[in-house]
Amino acid sequence: MLLIECPWCGERAETEFSYGGEAGIARPADPDALGDAEWADYLFNRSNPRGAHRELWNHAQGCRRWFGVERDTVTYRISGSFRLSGGVGKRED
Amino acid sequence: MQPQRLPAGGRIDRSKPISFRFDGRKLEGYAGDTLASALLANGVSIVGRSFKLRRPRGIVGSGAEEPNAIMQIGKGAHAQPNLRATQVELYNGLVARTTKGWPGARFDIGAINDLFGKVFSAGFYYKTFMRPKSWWRLYERIIRASAGFGRAPTEKDPDRYEHRNAHCDVLVAGGGPAGLAAALVAGQAGARVILADAQNEFGGSLLGTKHSIGDARADEWIARTVEQLAALDNVTLLPRSTVFGYYDHNFLAIAERCTDHLPEEERTGVRQRLWRVRAKQVVLAQGAFERPLAFCNNDRPGVMLASAVSRYIRRYAVRPGKRAVVFTNNDSAYETAIDLAEAGAAVVIVDSRMGGAGSVAERAANAGISMLTGHIVTDVVGRRRVRGVRVAGWSGNPSYLVESSIRIECDLLAMSGGWSPAVHLHSQAGGSNEWDTDRLCFVPGAATQANVSAGACNGMWSLRDCLREGMESGRAAASRCGFDAADVDLPTTRQGHDNPPQPLWRVPADAEPERCPKQFLDFQNDTSVADIRLAVREGYRNVEHVKRYTALGFGTDQGKLGNIIGMAVLAECLGKSIPEVGTTTFRPAFTPVSFGVGAGENVGDLYDPVRKTAIHEWHVAAGAPMENVGQWHRPWYFPRDGEDLHAAVARECLAARQSLGIMDASTLGKIDARGRDVVEFLERVYTHNVGKMKVGRCAYGIMLGEDGMVLDDGVMARLGEEHFYLTTTTGGAANVLAWLESWLQTEWPELEVFLTSLTDHFSTIAVVGPNSRKVLEKVGCSIDLGKDGFPFMTVKEAELGGYPVQLFRVSFSGELAFEINIDSGYALAMWETVMAAGEEYGITPYGTESMHVLRAEKGFVIVGQDTDGSVTPVDLGMNWLLSKDKDYLGKRSLARPDCVRSDRKQLVGLLSSDNSTVLPEGTQLVEVPDAPVPVPMCGHVTSSYMSACLGHPIALALVAGGRVRKGETVYAAMPGREPLPVTIAAPVFYDPKGERQHV
Repeated sequence: MLLIECPWCGERAETEFSYGGEAGIARPADPDALGDAEWADYLFNRSNPRGAHRELWNHAQGCRRWFGVERDTVTYRISGSFRLSGGVGKRED
Repeated sequence: MQPQRLPAGGRIDRSKPISFRFDGRKLEGYAGDTLASALLANGVSIVGRSFKLRRPRGIVGSGAEEPNAIMQIGKGAHAQPNLRATQVELYNGLVARTTKGWPGARFDIGAINDLFGKVFSAGFYYKTFMRPKSWWRLYERIIRASAGFGRAPTEKDPDRYEHRNAHCDVLVAGGGPAGLAAALVAGQAGARVILADAQNEFGGSLLGTKHSIGDARADEWIARTVEQLAALDNVTLLPRSTVFGYYDHNFLAIAERCTDHLPEEERTGVRQRLWRVRAKQVVLAQGAFERPLAFCNNDRPGVMLASAVSRYIRRYAVRPGKRAVVFTNNDSAYETAIDLAEAGAAVVIVDSRMGGAGSVAERAANAGISMLTGHIVTDVVGRRRVRGVRVAGWSGNPSYLVESSIRIECDLLAMSGGWSPAVHLHSQAGGSNEWDTDRLCFVPGAATQANVSAGACNGMWSLRDCLREGMESGRAAASRCGFDAADVDLPTTRQGHDNPPQPLWRVPADAEPERCPKQFLDFQNDTSVADIRLAVREGYRNVEHVKRYTALGFGTDQGKLGNIIGMAVLAECLGKSIPEVGTTTFRPAFTPVSFGVGAGENVGDLYDPVRKTAIHEWHVAAGAPMENVGQWHRPWYFPRDGEDLHAAVARECLAARQSLGIMDASTLGKIDARGRDVVEFLERVYTHNVGKMKVGRCAYGIMLGEDGMVLDDGVMARLGEEHFYLTTTTGGAANVLAWLESWLQTEWPELEVFLTSLTDHFSTIAVVGPNSRKVLEKVGCSIDLGKDGFPFMTVKEAELGGYPVQLFRVSFSGELAFEINIDSGYALAMWETVMAAGEEYGITPYGTESMHVLRAEKGFVIVGQDTDGSVTPVDLGMNWLLSKDKDYLGKRSLARPDCVRSDRKQLVGLLSSDNSTVLPEGTQLVEVPDAPVPVPMCGHVTSSYMSACLGHPIALALVAGGRVRKGETVYAAMPGREPLPVTIAAPVFYDPKGERQHV
């Protein structure tokens, strides 16, 4: 069971969190301007890397804040958590 | 009357005799015995039957590796199936049953299988039970019956189990010499330590041995060390506790058996406890497993691991045989020979190595033991018990056939094929293993988590190395947690063994493995050398595939006994090295754990929380059966005078349509949304034009996922310029809130919107029917409830019967209706007030079933019943809800090519041609009733009820291109009867113009 650091609450067990997929996928500003392939890329395609992966987690059973985590998809080692900010995108700073 | 018990010695308490039953026989042992040692003391040699061939089997090992002595322990509901007798402590009144063999292990009818052993080769089940295909159900029944091990009790488990979370600096798994040393050093340095060991007492392999450590005997050293540990407040000692799982981020699971060792009538409190431990550092000191050797008939009762023989003699004062042969490829088994000789047995050592052993050989010679070096045991004589062995000279070439010219009479064969470190937890943690060509075993490679292996677990065989590694790892682990350990002198101990082991796995015989008696690798599953060779001949190459084809390592011992030699045999067949073949994956649990400890307290009422509305007790008192909707318990229907569901629902529906019904709708998800940007936010998540709603107006709204599929629906109301009230489906409440929060936090943090769940704070009472206005007026309402004063789809604050309420003019039935939103503390009083006032109108409470019928008559969908995550609002005919003036989540997806296909499944109504059949929900619809199988399907039924007010059944369905097919006939395919013609209709069956709700 992963030990995840919520930037607001500190380290907590994985069971307190829910997973939100890859970070940094911003919603297109004007979806209607996109072709089907581009929209499908936003909708369905993820990088699914072997190794470092920046992803979204929600402290669902705690403060309910969303934040980012960088996790290695092979070793599951977490190198750090980060807050989301800036005002645009399901993305990091 | 314990014929094999030695007159003195051991760690048993002879002043405490213990009586127990084994397959009905009354036997006696002593306190300190395991079930296995007591059985051996009583001369019991057959403890089970093998899985496939039903060969008689005896005790082989002394711990977790035991494949044969698998027992059902205990009585009635307390019984536990499939325990290893080697790990069961003896207690007064213990009842043990063998789990294999019928009528019993001593005489088993299935033993006839052994005569046809050639037939039962690898892949036997796959090859044999394929045809005819239709017979599989019969085959399965017979196979399952004959495959049985233990039987789970059928009664409810009366015992208590518990989960406990713990954190520590250093977790030490295994309390042998290395583990004790590690725990002591780390504990004395001040680190918080948990030391867990599977046995009843700490000491591991040291228990009962003659070793000296410094100035103390082994048992004294153990006692002193445990005393020192117990005195430390920062150390938690967990005996009878198996560390069985090593998960991510140094999270480990320990199963503690608290009362299993006590007589059943003396057990109180928690029976087993699951420790969920997050450790900063982990020291793995679980020791090593001795390996068997694969010679012919190596499974006969009386063939045992050498280390097990030593343990039974030293720790339990049981001598498993009087005339023993010790067959080995390494030095360690010489100690067993010496133990046997000291216990008064006649002993011959057969050592495969030309050069024999190192210094230990001299001690063996002094003990009067004869030694045959450069020889191997090729076969065992005797069926129900070893009577002798055949021995051949051997040059060391594995492919040679040999000639067994020597026969030695004996009643015990102690074998040692070398040792394999217990790398299980290290591997579970993600660590690799490396093959060590000198020590002939896999040793832990680089660790991927904060763990280190110490002692035999790391391939260290000598006591001195185990103590040294224990101390070093304990100190290093403590130091990584910020604690400085003092220097401790390594006590003096005897030298280890010096001559290296010889690679020997499959022992050459007088014939090829296919033509000689079976050479077993996995005793429990009857996997032999010939099976591995067959698998390779049939094309299997990967060790994981060979495992699954031959069942190697599939037993309850999970390959602890036979896996390594099995892999070595596979490597030989493939012409590869052992590390090239590799091991199968090590997965939790290290040893089996009970379902009880897995469930812990989460059983019965604590399994899942139950949510009840504020009016729940009234429904119960009214005799309503409950329906589970998520965690909610909702009244299903309110039967009167012995009515069944259908009669009650018909009456309830007619009452709501003709006069007055009342329903508890409190489980609706309720979200308060407010803030500067709330309109902008809701515009982005709802499909309709939220901004155009006037304050006081309600609207039906739907939300889509970004894929364009319907996510949830509900009525939303504008309570102020910057204040909305949203309702969701009962099941979707939590998800919708999370969905909205995720967009606010991750994508649109610039929007200032506050969301608050009100689901439990407010209760909702739906008052439904032509007389609903009259009853509320009678209760006494502060506002004008008339058609013009309070029109359809509006909301008003009001006082109703003296209670402050929020009153909605909305309808989920198509009738004139009001929904009363009221603080949950007043809900029951309001319900009772309306009930009393409605008496003159025959007010009828109704439950979820009638609610469904009423809404289906109107063609209102239930998200999650009429939709399934692949349905767009266009499919549902809700184009009118889709704003063209703005973007909203999912809008772009509605223009994807797949979403604009004209043959998508669309919502329609269905009418049964016989006017009487209520189609089962989920029924598949086909175009041609007698088309050849597989029949193409054109849709399915999503909702289906008998409509009392229409007098015929109605159904909603999703049908390919259905919207333009009204009046056409398709066929409903139902098991066991002829396909029924059904007519496609509009999905609104009742009051299609919606006039009744507008009065």
